[in-house]
Order: sequence, then structure tokens, then C-alpha cells
Amino acid sequence: MRPFDYQRAEGIDHAGQLIAAENAVAIAGGTNLLDLMKLQVETPQTLVDVNRIGHAEIEDSDDGGLWIGALATNTDTAVHPRVKADYPVLARAILAGATQQLRNRATTGGNLCQRTRCYYFTNIDQPCNKRDPGSGCGAIDGIARLHAVLGTSDQCIATYPGDMAVALSALDATVHITSAHGKARTVPVRDFHRLPGHTPWKDNVLEPGELITGVSLPAPVEGTQIYRKVRERSSYAFALCSIAAIVEMDGDKIARADLAFGGLAHKPWHDPEVGEVLVGQKPGAKLFDKAADVLLRDARGYGENDFKIPLARRTLAAVLAEATGAEL
Amino acid sequence: MSAYLKQDEPDNVNRLDHMRQGVLGTDASRIEGLLKVTGTAPYAAEYQLDDCLEGVLVTATISKGEVTAIDADSVLSMPGVVAVIDDPSLTARAAQGTAGEAPAQPAREVGYFGQPIALVVAESFEQARDASKHLKVSYRADDDVAFDPEAVEAEPQDGATSQGDLAHAMKEAPFSVDVTYTTEGHSSAAMEPHAAIAQWDGDTLTVYASLQMLNYNISELADSLGLDEDKLRLVSRYVGGGFGSKLGVSEETVAASVAAMELGRPVRVAMLRQQVLQCIMRRSETRQRFRLAAGEDGKLTGFGHEARVSNLPGESFAEPVLQSSHFLYAGENRELSMEVARIHRMTAGSVRAPGEAVGMPALECAMDVLAEKCGLDPVELRLRNIPDRHPANGTPFSSHKLAECLKQGAEAFGWDSGPRSPRHTREGEWWVGTGMASAARVHNVGEAKARVTLKADGTALVETDMTDIGTGTYTILAQTVGEMLGLPVAKVLVELGDTHHPRGPGSGGSWGAASICSAAYLACLALRETLAKRADVAEEKLELKDGAVVGGASLIDLLDGRDLAEEGHYEPGDIADDFTASGFGAFFARVRVNRFTGETRVEHMTGAFGFGRVLNTKTARSQCLGGMTWSIGAALTEAMLFDPVDGHLANCDLAEYHVPVNRDVPDLDVVFVEERDGAASPIQAKGIGELGMCGGAGAIANAIYNACGARVFEFPMTPDKVLAAMPD
Ligand SMILES: Cc1cc2nc3c(=O)[nH]c(=O)nc-3n(C[C@H](O)[C@H](O)[C@H](O)COP(=O)(O)OP(=O)(O)OC[C@H]3O[C@@H](n4cnc5c(N)ncnc54)[C@H](O)[C@@H]3O)c2cc1C
Ligand code: SF4
Repeated sequence: MRPFDYQRAEGIDHAGQLIAAENAVAIAGGTNLLDLMKLQVETPQTLVDVNRIGHAEIEDSDDGGLWIGALATNTDTAVHPRVKADYPVLARAILAGATQQLRNRATTGGNLCQRTRCYYFTNIDQPCNKRDPGSGCGAIDGIARLHAVLGTSDQCIATYPGDMAVALSALDATVHITSAHGKARTVPVRDFHRLPGHTPWKDNVLEPGELITGVSLPAPVEGTQIYRKVRERSSYAFALCSIAAIVEMDGDKIARADLAFGGLAHKPWHDPEVGEVLVGQKPGAKLFDKAADVLLRDARGYGENDFKIPLARRTLAAVLAEATGAEL
Repeated sequence: MSAYLKQDEPDNVNRLDHMRQGVLGTDASRIEGLLKVTGTAPYAAEYQLDDCLEGVLVTATISKGEVTAIDADSVLSMPGVVAVIDDPSLTARAAQGTAGEAPAQPAREVGYFGQPIALVVAESFEQARDASKHLKVSYRADDDVAFDPEAVEAEPQDGATSQGDLAHAMKEAPFSVDVTYTTEGHSSAAMEPHAAIAQWDGDTLTVYASLQMLNYNISELADSLGLDEDKLRLVSRYVGGGFGSKLGVSEETVAASVAAMELGRPVRVAMLRQQVLQCIMRRSETRQRFRLAAGEDGKLTGFGHEARVSNLPGESFAEPVLQSSHFLYAGENRELSMEVARIHRMTAGSVRAPGEAVGMPALECAMDVLAEKCGLDPVELRLRNIPDRHPANGTPFSSHKLAECLKQGAEAFGWDSGPRSPRHTREGEWWVGTGMASAARVHNVGEAKARVTLKADGTALVETDMTDIGTGTYTILAQTVGEMLGLPVAKVLVELGDTHHPRGPGSGGSWGAASICSAAYLACLALRETLAKRADVAEEKLELKDGAVVGGASLIDLLDGRDLAEEGHYEPGDIADDFTASGFGAFFARVRVNRFTGETRVEHMTGAFGFGRVLNTKTARSQCLGGMTWSIGAALTEAMLFDPVDGHLANCDLAEYHVPVNRDVPDLDVVFVEERDGAASPIQAKGIGELGMCGGAGAIANAIYNACGARVFEFPMTPDKVLAAMPD
């Protein structure tokens, strides 16, 4: 670990001032950041400890939705009665991730900003455009088993590895951000993470000096909520493919299908056209296939991860069958 | 005094069955367990030495070539940095198990990406680690380096068997199978990182290290350093898992020693987690072709097993995947051969159950294919093919429990021996099916010495440099000595892992327990002679229990104020040539395979094992559970992923190298099949540390087929591979 300064923020404004410093980075649970600092993948000059700034609350909001503070732990969120009752897809997504010990430390803000698990990104002896712009992408011709099949660029094929944000995307949550100067803004979570394009080092739309203060969920909707995570071992593994689904039936037809996909792209993948194919239709194998065709129309494998394309199709069918009761 | 036995004849007297204490073969808890669970058992890196420096290994960023310059000045001005160690005695890799001499030197010659090349030493660990990443190193890198074991010519290995005419047998046989399996590299992934602290007093070097075989390691370290063995003391009291990766002296131990001698201060070197995966030895990937020819009755007429494995050039080790294939099944026409591809991935060496861990699962999958072709219950196919003698060299088996294991295992599992076809049971999204496999692991023993002292106070002390790598050696030694001398476990003190003690056999190849307990047994026999004289009875008639002759004098009285010590010395004799000795077993598994995603979860597993005398039912069972858990990993998840461009190991931490987690491991049943193998060791015991994984992955693979109809030919059977083979 390189030497660094450590500053503890006592409130959100204080945090905003501290984070404005050159190469300053917030630390919340530290479960991702500290690992990367030990590997010198992250080399901040100043760590701003945000654990004492408050913002750990989970509260009802006026519009019937829910506010989840940036410092609420993943465990607190997953067991919160309203989350369990009204947003079970979120609870399930969180519980599908990491381990109990990690979730006890991990926070909303940190989880959203967790970095890719690409093997080349975490190894400073290897080329990686995300870590070291211009050095090349080790994964494209290398071990790409974990990597993306949607929205990739020739610069980077990494995935966003998290689960929680996939559920937030299906729920159409909003990320609340404040800047060093106390300027607040909001970004739909669906626009929070980016595609790699020519700037793969930017995971999301946060600008230097900005902090997440919390996430707001809209008022709950009707329907079945499912989080399905496909992985090699049954815990403590990142998704090969995951799906957050909120599906509502009206008689024998699908009335709502809010779907988001993890493990396939540099961001939780939300494609409104997939839902549009489904809504108003009778569920069945053909329809699910059509939805998969739309989802995967621009999918591209890189050899090792080609399997993700049929896997996503099959997982989508499984989730939709479970949600609609269709026999496959 | 010493008691020496070179075993040339079987010992079927089973003396231990006639002792009175009744502690051997019980479920005695580990005597060091409390220390371990309270964090007070010191592991290598945990010794507190004044003035100790911290070293971190620097690893190569080329795949092959040499280090031409190391610019120490690039880091010497960094805070806390004391030295850059770049001595020619630094080792490039670990010694292979039982090498007994220095491994490849100097470290400057690079054989693979990630190989240790130097050591940075600083006042704190963090400073050393930071500097290790900033050290400027110049290289001369070779081009055209091979990484892909399939892309190079391979060298044939000695020891091939060719008997009869297999090609002809295949042509003539009513049933034949010709299938090829691949397995990926495995990592030992031990929890305790490889670590050492070295202390030099100007004359002698003391090294606290995490090693499995001090009896060999002392020679390896002495040779690496150019030091006399009597100037060296190695201490390894507790080892947090080795699984083969700590058999030979490794890079951090040599580096700590060199640094301590050069700097005159104690130096600690612990591998970083990524280094633990990248710098230790890998189990080679394998490609294995099986040709099985069988008659109408399912009896094998031909047996072929040809394998390709890999290693670095110059490394002697070749994953011995044929080991049990030589004798497990009948078949008069036989072809067994192996070749080694020379590539520049990290060193290949022993990982738990070298050979059978990957050879047996593949063989047992091929047998499953054959059983289906013959229309036979897979258990029955195996029963019909158990040979009377070693099918190639004709030696008799010392003892053979495969049939019993198959029968008792099937019974305990509730195996349905009726006709089998895939996809018989579906529960929701999940196909459910069963599979089975035989287990076999060749029996090994090694020379061993142990000193047993009966203290005047009526307690016993056992001393040897044998190690306990978490397996239960402390406890079984206390039980063996307690049984022989009539003492409860609590009255026997066991001191291990110190080269000041007599040389043990080391822990590896499942030979530790039978070898070291035989040495202790011999020492106890000699002690009993003396006690018998004093009690005025024949030794065979001497009954000792709870610290006294039964119905007679106490040990304290017989000792009369003086300690009594004997050194037991056991050596394997010619018996190994007269008999084929092996542990046997059988696995039964039930799995669920998701029909959409191909995810496989093991629902239940039973293992039945015959491995001679069971010294401790609890620790033996734990070994079986561990082996079966490794079987789950080998079947479903474990694979080292090597970069095609520079050959480095990509998934080098425990988040990405996927050993099974709790939720992957269901209730596992273990059945012990009663056995005494007098040719295996003077105490009639064989090894159990590895048998539990020698075939188990095959049972799971066969269950996948039975569940969903996917015949997968590549281990591990991750969802993508299962899906690719799953019929629509
Ligand atoms: C072995 C392992 C397995 C895991 N498995 C999974 C899994 O299966 N699924 C999954 O989803 N996750 C998984 N995780 C990741 C885990 O969820 C994240 O590490 C965790 O959510 C990060 O939260 P944190 O509070 O500890 O973040 P930190 O490590 O403190 O920070 C992470 C990043 O977020 C930034 N940050 C933190 N708070 C804020 C804020 N308020 N505003 C702006 N930036 C902020 C930090 O600067 C840093 O860049 C795993 C992690 C590990 C180590
Ligand atoms: S995929 Fe992205 S993160 Fe991975 S090596 Fe390429 S650029 Fe780096």
C-alpha cells in the first residue's frame, strides 16, 4: 500500500470539502477500495472516511417510495421491512451478492461504485485501458470468461460486477449526488453507469469531487419480483448472468415487464424494448425467445464468454416462466 | 536405545488390537484443537522476534528469459526500505516433494510470468510491499515461448505399459468405448499463506516456516544456502493447510534465510495471497484418452489410458494420472502411457492426491459410458472387473476392499441398481440424477523416526520432526502411544515440527500417519520390553491401562524416578515389491442440474472407504469429508485460468479461484470399511488424506449425465459446458 492521508469527514458538507482535494477518494465499507489499494490498482493520495457523515437512514419518502442513504449497509437494506415487503427484488439481489461479512460492511454508495472484477484490471503487471489508459486491453485476447457481451468497445469488455444495482435498475431508482460545492443533482440509476466506449476508465457519471448521498425508489408497483443469478458455485461468486425482473400479469397477458440484466455489460443492462415486446402478450416459449432476440440483437462474444449469449436467453426464459407461470 | 524395523514381511498379528487402553481408533478430539480455535497456536509468520524485518517477494513480468539488472537504488530511498536481496542462492521455484536438494537457482533465470526474482526488505510489511511494486528490473526476454500444452511436442514418459494387442481387442469386443477427457489445473489454495521467519546468530540459522516435510526440507534449504545441515534448525509446528504446496522448501523460506544471513536481523517473508496462487505449484491440466473393450458380460478385455500433462522444462514431476489405472481394473490387453508437454506456466507439482485426483474421475466417467453400453449397473460393472492380482505385473494385493466399499456404499446411499436412463426425475426446473465411481489411491510409506520417553511422573513424551498439516497427526500419535503404554491421551505430550527431534517421514502422499505411528509403535514396543522385565512378565502378556499394569504396579513405580526413552525407527522394506497395496473406496452422488442454466448442485454424497486400520474415526472422517469436498470443486468449479499471451495465472485469489463454499457442500456420508492391512505397515494402517478425492468428481459427472443427459468430457463441469452438452 502506498502512503496516503486519511481524513475523517464529520458531515456531508465537510466530506464535500475534503473530497475536493487532489486525488481524494471516499472510503465507506472499504471492502472494494482497500483490496484495490493493496494491489495498487487504486492509489489515492487522500482517503476521506465518510462513515460518520450520517446518511445511513432508510426512510419512507413522501411519494410513497423509499429513501436509502448512501451509508446504509447492504445488510440493513436487505432486511429492512419495507424493502422486503415492497421491493423484494432488491433484498434478493443484495443477498445474492458477496457474503454476510462483506454485506455487513458494504454500503449503498460503495456497492454502486464497486469496480470491475476483470483479472487484468486487478493485476498491475498486465495491460488494462481502464486502469492505465492507453496500455491496451488484456482481456480481449485473454481470459474473458467473466466479460461482457453487450455494449462493449474495442477498448474494454469489462462487466459491472454488482447485483444490487441490477435490481435498482429494474426498479427505476434514482441516484442522488452532491458535489464539493454542495450542488445536488440526481441521475436515474439506469444512466448512472456508463458503457466503456473510448473512456473505459470512467465507470459511471460521477465527476471528481462528487459524492453519492443516497438512492430513492419510486412508489412500489404490482407484480412478481424475481432476482435470478447464475453462477458456478452457489455463493461468493459474481454473476455469469443475472436478471432482476418485475412482472405483472393482467389476466393471461403480461401487463408489466421491467427487466434489468447483470453480468452482461459494463452497466446493469436495461433495454426498454425488451419489456415492450412482452407487454400485452400471452407468455410462452415463442414470446420469451422474441424478447431474448431483442435483448441480444447486438450481442457479441469474445470466445471465452460466447456462452453468455445462449445462457442469457435461457435464463430469461426461466425467469419469465417463473414470473408468468408459463409452462416451458 | 533404539528399535528398528525394516518391514519385509506382512505383520498380521495386529498387536494394537490386543492392547487394553482402548484409545486408538476412537473419535478423540484434536489435542491442539483448542489452541487453534483460540488463535494461540503459532503459525510460521506469527512468531514474535525482536527487531524483525519484513520482506516481500518481487515477481517477474516476463515469461521466459533472465533478469539483466535490478536497480536497487530505485527503491532504497523509499521510506523504511532496508535492502534489495538479489543473491544467486535465491530459488526460482519450490523444491518438488522429497527432492532433498536445492530447487532451481538462481531466481534471475525466469521460467514463467510471476516467478519470484528478488526480495525487498523493509521495516514494515506495507513499506516492503510498496517498494516491491516499484523496484526497477531489466530483462532479456525470450520470444516464442510456449504456453499452450496442446501446441507443443510432448516428451514420452518412462514406465509405459504395453501388453497384448489393445487395438485388436477394441475391434473384436462387443462393447467398446474410446473417449477423451480434459481436466484443468488445480491450486492447493491453502488458507495459511506460505511464510517463513529466519534468524541468524552468525553461526546457526533458525527458520520458522510452513512446510510439510522437514526431513527433506532441511536438506533442500541447506543445499540452497550452502550451509551445513547441523547449522540449521527448521520449526514448523502448525501448518494451515499444505495440500502438497508445502512439500518442498519454497521461495519465501529461502529468501527469508538469505536476507537474515545478509542483514544480521530476523526477516519475515509471507507470500501475498496472489503470490500464493501464482508462485506455488499447480496441478497440471490433463488430457486423457481411455480405450475400454469389454465382452458380453462386461468383463474388460482391453484397457487403455493415455495421458498428456505439462510442466516447465527441466522439472522432473509429471502428474501421475495413470497411477491407479495400472491395477484397478482387469483387461489382458493394456496400453498405458503418458507424455509431458514442456510449457512456461508456473511449476507443476504435487497437489493433494497427485495423479488419482484427476486420473480416477476421468477413468470412472469412461467406465460409466461403458456400463451404459453394456446395459449393466455401473456398480456391477466394477464388481465384475476387480482383478485377482495386479493385471500387469502379477503381484498379489496386500488387501483389497473395493468390492466391500462398492457394496456397503451402495447400501448406505440407497443406490438403485435397476436399469438407468437419463432424465428420469424432474423437480421444477431441476433434473435430478445419481452417479457413482470407484476410489483408489496407491499406498505409500516412508522412513520414520520418533522418540518416545516415558517420564518418571508416568506421562509420555513423543518427539519427531514430523508435521501436522491440519490432519490430526498430534492426536493419532498420542493415541498410538497411549494405546501401547496404557495411558489416556491427556497423559501423552506430542512435540512435532522441529528438526532438533528425530526425523519423521513428513506429511505428503497420505503416508504420514502409517509411517510415523509405526515408528512410535516400535519405540513403544521397546519400552514395553523394559517395563515387562521390570514387571516380570513376558512383553506379549504385559497389559497396561490407565498408567499401570492391569492388576499390578503403576508405571510410576516401575520407572522408579527415572525417565525411559526409546527411538523407534521404521523403514519400508522389500514388501513394496511383493504386494500391490492401495486404499480403495466408492463414491455415490445425487445432483440437481438446472434445465435452463446448467447449474449443478450436489444434493447428497456418500463415500465408503477401506484404508486399513482407522486410527481416529473423527480425524479420518474429516479427511474423507475434505476429500469429498475437493471432489465437488474438481467436478464443478476449480480451474486455474492461464493467459494465452504470457502464460500468467489470471484467477489468483480466493474470490476467483472457486473452491466449494459451504452452500455447495451438502451432508456427506462417510462409511468406514473395516480392514487390517499387515503388508501396508506394522500397524496395519494405510493413508486416508487423499483417497476421499480419488474418483469423487467422476461420481458427480456421472450423476450429471444421469440427471440431464449431458455427457460432459471437460472438467470442471461449469454451467456453460453442461449446457453445451445438454440435449434439447
Ligand atoms: C470477495 C468479494 C465478493 C463479492 N461478491 C459480490 C457479489 O457477488 N455481488 C456484488 O454485488 N458485490 C460483491 N462484492 C462487492 C461488494 O458488494 C462491494 O465490495 C461493496 O458493495 C462495496 O461497498 P463499500 O461500502 O465497502 O465500498 P468501498 O470499498 O468503501 O468503496 C468502493 C468505491 O465506492 C466509492 N464510494 C463509496 N462510497 C461512496 C459515496 N457515498 N459516494 C461516492 N463514492 C463512494 C469509493 O470511493 C470506492 O471507489 C464482493 C466483494 C468481495 C470482496
Ligand atoms: S476488459 Fe476493461 S478492465 Fe479488463 S483489461 Fe480490458 S480494459 Fe481493462
